[in-house]
Amino acid sequence: MSNYEIREHDVLVIGAGGAGLRAAIEASAQGLKVGLVCKSLLGKAHTVMAEGGIAAAMATVDARDGWQTHFRDTMIGGKYLNNWRMAQLHAQEAPECVNELERWGAVFDRTHDGKILQRAFGGHTYKRLCHVGDRTGLELIRTLQDKGVHSGIDVYMECTISRLLKDGDKIAGAFGYFREDGRYILFKAKAIILATGGVGRAFSVTSNSWEYTADGHALAYEAGADLIDMEFVQFHPTGMVWPPGVRGILVTEAVRGEGGKLRNSDGERFMFKYLPEATKADYAADETEAERWLEDTLAGKLRTDYRRPPELSTRDNVARAIYTEVKAGRGSPHGGVFLDISYQPADRVRKKLPSMYHQFKDLADVDITKGPMEVGPTMHYIMGGIKVDADTAESKVPGLFAAGECSGGMHGANRLGGNSLSDLIVFGRRAGRGAADYAARQSGLPKISDAEVKAAIDELEAPFKRASGPNPYKLQLKMHEIAGSSFGIFREEADMQKGLADLEKLKEEIKQVGCSGGKNYNPGWHLCRDLSNMLIAVEAIGRSAQSRKESRGAHSRLDFPETDDNLGHENTAVSHAGGGQMKLVKTPLSEMPAELKDLLKKKETAHA
Amino acid sequence: MRNAQMRVFRGDATGGDFKEYTVPVEDGMVVLDAIHYIQREIDPDLAVRWNCKAAKCGSCSAEVNGRPSLMCKSRMESFAEGEIIFVEPLRTFPLMRDLVTDVSWNYEQNKRIKPFTPKEDAKWVMYQEDVERVQEFRKCIECFLCQDVCHVLRDHDRKDAFIGPRFMVRVASLEMHPLDQGDRMKFLHDEGGVGFCNITKCCSEVCPEDIHITDNAIIPLKERIVDDYYDPIAKFFKTIFSKN
Ligand code: SF4
Ligand code: SF4
Ligand code: FES
Repeated sequence: MSNYEIREHDVLVIGAGGAGLRAAIEASAQGLKVGLVCKSLLGKAHTVMAEGGIAAAMATVDARDGWQTHFRDTMIGGKYLNNWRMAQLHAQEAPECVNELERWGAVFDRTHDGKILQRAFGGHTYKRLCHVGDRTGLELIRTLQDKGVHSGIDVYMECTISRLLKDGDKIAGAFGYFREDGRYILFKAKAIILATGGVGRAFSVTSNSWEYTADGHALAYEAGADLIDMEFVQFHPTGMVWPPGVRGILVTEAVRGEGGKLRNSDGERFMFKYLPEATKADYAADETEAERWLEDTLAGKLRTDYRRPPELSTRDNVARAIYTEVKAGRGSPHGGVFLDISYQPADRVRKKLPSMYHQFKDLADVDITKGPMEVGPTMHYIMGGIKVDADTAESKVPGLFAAGECSGGMHGANRLGGNSLSDLIVFGRRAGRGAADYAARQSGLPKISDAEVKAAIDELEAPFKRASGPNPYKLQLKMHEIAGSSFGIFREEADMQKGLADLEKLKEEIKQVGCSGGKNYNPGWHLCRDLSNMLIAVEAIGRSAQSRKESRGAHSRLDFPETDDNLGHENTAVSHAGGGQMKLVKTPLSEMPAELKDLLKKKETAHA
Repeated sequence: MRNAQMRVFRGDATGGDFKEYTVPVEDGMVVLDAIHYIQREIDPDLAVRWNCKAAKCGSCSAEVNGRPSLMCKSRMESFAEGEIIFVEPLRTFPLMRDLVTDVSWNYEQNKRIKPFTPKEDAKWVMYQEDVERVQEFRKCIECFLCQDVCHVLRDHDRKDAFIGPRFMVRVASLEMHPLDQGDRMKFLHDEGGVGFCNITKCCSEVCPEDIHITDNAIIPLKERIVDDYYDPIAKFFKTIFSKN
């Protein structure tokens, strides 16, 4: 058996984006020995790509805001499928978590009176997104990184975990390898927090970074946890569509938050046509009203009596609208629609949207201060993930916790922009505390069997023994093809059936995947392991999507275009039934307390 | 579709050489796409570090035709037809494999810098005009291209004595934070090696975030050091009235 080193921790955090870092800082603050595993270098996680802001009802810009409104917006955005307790904690705790970041050195954009500035965003009643230009994620991760490196946390960079290990029912540790030289490492831990992010690399057009290969989803699934709401995959309405090399790269929603207008090839501001009846009253009735809102916003008025433009509808809705416009032949030359901010003073655009300005200039030769961008939907986020307890972030598996994108429940059927960064810090902190409490209750380190370690090593070594097996990059392309054509933005029974059947074939091929070269920094080898994680995620998405026979939030079915109220009371959950079989059950939502129900009933006119 | 001729460094600490590849060029393609093409179609084990492919994470740093660059931001169209494109790892850091170098030294430097230390009675009111210069420094994506190009680190290998431009930027971001009261001047002078920088400005030239590393970070820090160390009266007042 190959050699491996052994490290022991009270709490091991897997994933070093916003949620993982925040969790590690919290667990370490409880006086425990904490390890933090990063798949990349520290500070490079997908969080750096978050642009628009952190949603928190700080009420620095609009005094009418409060956690209750944020809670309601989140539930409405999630089509009421959210874990209400998570949505409540999130809305209540986000402001203090943002203040904490500021205490740790984050430097947000400011209001005239020296407070944290907040901007408008889709689905949020009031101006609520704390931001730093359009590089808020970088600010968040750098702040946590600098805090973290002075917190006595052991950081393992470029280390990938391939298996979680258990002692009976309980979590006992994790096994993995270092990218640098392929050496193996066994972590023994009393508690483990998964904070591995999303699954975007299973799709071809995605805004997600290299690391997003569903690791946490798959690790938890294999360890016996439930994955819920996996049918809900968010397609961000605005990704770059041209040139081909950059297709999918995100164009922040902040462009629309700052007044960006969507138009089709006829010059029509089409979003007015696509506002759902239920929320229509929250948006400007016509271009004139939208213009007034914009004038007030540009003038820096703290509040306005006009309703916000239709471009600020929720993401699911805008993505479908763009898709539909393009299908109807009213798209832009490269198969998107036009997003225009160039009517504003060039200086303001460069100040408010500096990364967007550079991104288009450098990658597409487009000057967004002079003309419109071309944009179209891109796979952006998965609402579904590991089912956890809202207060402690613990999964069904004792000692296994999850936070951030790899966890599920918080966002229901659709996530509002800005609610992701706040999710990371609120539930990162809770997971850190939950895991620390759990670890403190354990008497010693759990036991790990040699057989399990051996199995983990054999699994990692296997692709080298099949050097002539299929090329992992080619199999990833096949997966992209299946995910895109069967489980994309619009779904249909026949497509999904075909997709699931094709997945079964792909599963067999992935079992044969081979790689060449050695163990030293060999991306081909790394991908062999990542493929099986993504496969689990795509199958979970597919089976969950097939079982939900309605359209709700980000899940849109051509064969069931309506929302069915009867299906609004249950989540879909998948779990591992053994023998590679996936089991699917419907789990009822828990009953919401009366005072929260009342909040949902209360109607506020949404002038923001 | 035209083809590009590429020479990509393959090898590890024990040695290596450029390998020739022919890559079809699509509209808008960047060097990182070409590297991915090679991985997918020719050499699956070609080692490269990347995350975002959107010039936001600072992972894909390499030397492209001799210039320290982000591969995800270097467009294939910027090279002349027929021009051979050389891609090699950052030279200032130890090679791991192919295009990947060991940049861990940088992480060690960051740990040595005194963290943000706010005033205890801070009211947390800050005005935009007061945070703007700090925000410029906080744009840094830690690509370490400035570290790679700086002759103190690159040619003289004084990693033992100079923390490099990236961490001058980091120190500046803390020192110029309106609410910070930590003092890093002694560190900068004694251990950080600010005196090694002779303001060649090469670092500013390669910064993908357009941070004015020398003008806005290093020179003001040097001035503060001069005040502290060589102007006893200024230092006297500073100790009495503390910072700001
Ligand atoms: S200006 Fe100073 S830090 Fe920058 S490259 Fe020149 S010597 Fe190095
Ligand atoms: S200062 Fe600029 S060049 Fe240096 S690491 Fe930061 S972003 Fe890169
Ligand atoms: S891959 Fe992130 S900067 Fe190039």
